[in-house]
Amino acid sequence: MKLKKALCVALTAALAVTAFAGCGSKPSDQENAGGSSPDAAAGTEASGADTAGGTIKIGGIGPLTGGAAVYGIAVKNGAELAVKEINEAGGIGGMQVEINYQDDEHDAEKAVNAYNTLKDWGAQAILGAVTSAPCVAVGGVAQEDNIFMLTPSGTAVDCVKYDNAFRVCFSDPMQGVESAKYIGDHGLATKVAAIYDSSDVYSTGIYQAFAQEAENQDFEIVAAEAFTAESKSDFSVQLQKAKDAGAELVFLPFYYSEASLVLKQAAGMDYKPTFFGCDGMDGILAVQGFDAALADNLIFLSPFTPTSDDPAIQKFVTDYQTAYGETPNQFAADAYDGMYAIKAAMEDGNVTSDMSPSDICEAMKASMVNITIDGVTAKNLTWEASGEPSKEPMVVKIANGDYAVVDDADAEGAAADGAADDAAESVIGTEAAAE
Amino acid sequence: MKKINKTTRSNLITYGMVIAMFVIMQALVSAGRISSLLQGLLVPLCAYIILAVSLNLTVGILGELSLGHAGFMCVGAFTSAFFSKCMAEAIPAAGVRYVIALLIGAASAGICGILIGIPVLRLKGDYLAIVTLAFGEIIKNIVNILFIGRDENGFHFSTKDTLSLGLSMDGEVIVNGPQGITGTPKDSTFAIGMVLILITLFIVLNLIHSRSGRAIMAIRDNRIAAESIGINITKYKLMAFSVSAALAGVAGVIYAHNLATLTAQPKNFGYNMSIMILVFVVLGGIGNIRGSVIAAIVLTLLPELLRGLSDYRMLIYAVVLIAMMLFNWSPKAIAWREQYAAKFRRKKQKEV
Repeated sequence: MKLKKALCVALTAALAVTAFAGCGSKPSDQENAGGSSPDAAAGTEASGADTAGGTIKIGGIGPLTGGAAVYGIAVKNGAELAVKEINEAGGIGGMQVEINYQDDEHDAEKAVNAYNTLKDWGAQAILGAVTSAPCVAVGGVAQEDNIFMLTPSGTAVDCVKYDNAFRVCFSDPMQGVESAKYIGDHGLATKVAAIYDSSDVYSTGIYQAFAQEAENQDFEIVAAEAFTAESKSDFSVQLQKAKDAGAELVFLPFYYSEASLVLKQAAGMDYKPTFFGCDGMDGILAVQGFDAALADNLIFLSPFTPTSDDPAIQKFVTDYQTAYGETPNQFAADAYDGMYAIKAAMEDGNVTSDMSPSDICEAMKASMVNITIDGVTAKNLTWEASGEPSKEPMVVKIANGDYAVVDDADAEGAAADGAADDAAESVIGTEAAAE
Repeated sequence: MKKINKTTRSNLITYGMVIAMFVIMQALVSAGRISSLLQGLLVPLCAYIILAVSLNLTVGILGELSLGHAGFMCVGAFTSAFFSKCMAEAIPAAGVRYVIALLIGAASAGICGILIGIPVLRLKGDYLAIVTLAFGEIIKNIVNILFIGRDENGFHFSTKDTLSLGLSMDGEVIVNGPQGITGTPKDSTFAIGMVLILITLFIVLNLIHSRSGRAIMAIRDNRIAAESIGINITKYKLMAFSVSAALAGVAGVIYAHNLATLTAQPKNFGYNMSIMILVFVVLGGIGNIRGSVIAAIVLTLLPELLRGLSDYRMLIYAVVLIAMMLFNWSPKAIAWREQYAAKFRRKKQKEV
């Protein structure tokens, strides 16, 4: 009994300590929000060094550990690269930018915890969350607090349900609709098969919109086959069904790691339809041990291609490679553009560092529809009040083991081929080195 | 005062601890002296405490290892969130709606507990653990393929996709397969959670110290002896198992009504979660209800309070977990603690 009591006392003490630890962070919270106490002034001076405008605090939320960490880390890196550039160029209207990335482990509950941590830290706007379900959960609480939120890559429709939330990437339904339209408009096929991951929000979201839009187009979905996260290594059944149904095009709305297996297995059974993917397909040529010849004529929608000859993109890719030793993917690019969008909206709304997060949110909400960004994921990127970006998806086709942007200016693409070749080489080179 | 018997006193300490925690936290919240992180953690904490206490009933009192506790939580969460989302307009009073949601969540999880319990409780030890593990995974996978929509013609079900629901133009999709349920009203509050913890403790502690509870423990300690004195094994086993499941359903209701989105991921309703609840129970002491409460609090707060360590926090969390397990359960550590406690007691007596 005594022993239990001692243990009980010890644990209660631990609890008390944690409770106090919670209290301890409160004063700093008030400082950040008010920015008026002497301590806070000293703090900003110390961190902001020689700037007059103070510091703007941007919070980021994304999975930095666990299965989805690759996306979270890419976003973190992309955002930090943008912050570094912005600070070197004089900050946002003279204010230095500070970014704090919190881990959400790709879990809705942990994302809300991360959000609350950022609130305690004094975040004035949020660049996150990275993945869809956490983003919806954070959206719910951020709306109550009226904090501005820009998700780089939350594709689910509900991510931007509230008026304080915006996104950089395409929404799931939009990708599905655009894909269906592209296939229909260009007469790529009359019989289409779709394979999708029924346990994944991204994949089902795109597929559903695709199937809906397909009814308005000149082609027919002859087979729709699902797989789940537990069975994503063998696609022979789905491919066989597509083949038996006579599909000339197979739509693959999922990530490149699984898609590389699909292509390999299709080649193994001598089935050669056109394959069509979405933005998750970006990066397929960098898969270890993947024969690039298999991906020939693979078409996919992508907001970002690292091998593009655009100088802004080339600069971003080189800077990113120098800083982090790998080629940026679309998540990093979305975050990079997102950070610049926040900068533009803050400048447009005349945001100052001593404004409360709620006032900043009001100002930025109004400004988001005014700004235009020339980013790495799109030129003339603008936003609607609903939170959706308006940009044209790029169509990328793989030819001769290389990405090529399919657009009206074909000559441009051909000229870039040589340069792009080298870049693709180096992509594979760095991947191998990383292994 | 000396007349209060030992179990009553122990129970009162447990209740007192929970009430004290509530009063302190409530005071801090109303004084605004609490970080948003901690404030946001209060409601999930309530859910985890209830989960730990309810699992302790199965593991500690009934003596059966269940690895599917998150499955019951999932059932409670989804049925209640479905109800709340459908009835959000029909019943505008949040309190009434939440109470009904709680009853629905508890009842559905309890019924699942009985249905699973009838065949499964015939198994023992490892077999039971594996079957419950499978149950949890089945529930998670079923929820992931379930599509339910509603329009003026009533409800539509499908296991394929939202298109095959055949909804009319103004119909809405309520359960959207892997995307789960979004927009559940945020009805869970810390006060309600605390009341539910007290109710849970009341149910579990009273069950343990009742005639039925002694029968359950007799089955745990020696099944053959218990059977020989005429205890209905199936009945008591089912009783403990279904009460435990229903309480897990209640925790699911709290969880579902705290977040804007509810998806069945391996992380929140898979075996990871079941194991985490089991860790709470084992760390707090198998069969020790108060220990479960404390362990659930400490282990839920720990990873969040370690956020300052960024990349190292999961590592530190694991190390702390191992250290705590050793401190609590290794024979040498127990002997050392006893020795230290005895010395401390002597000193105290001398001072007096």
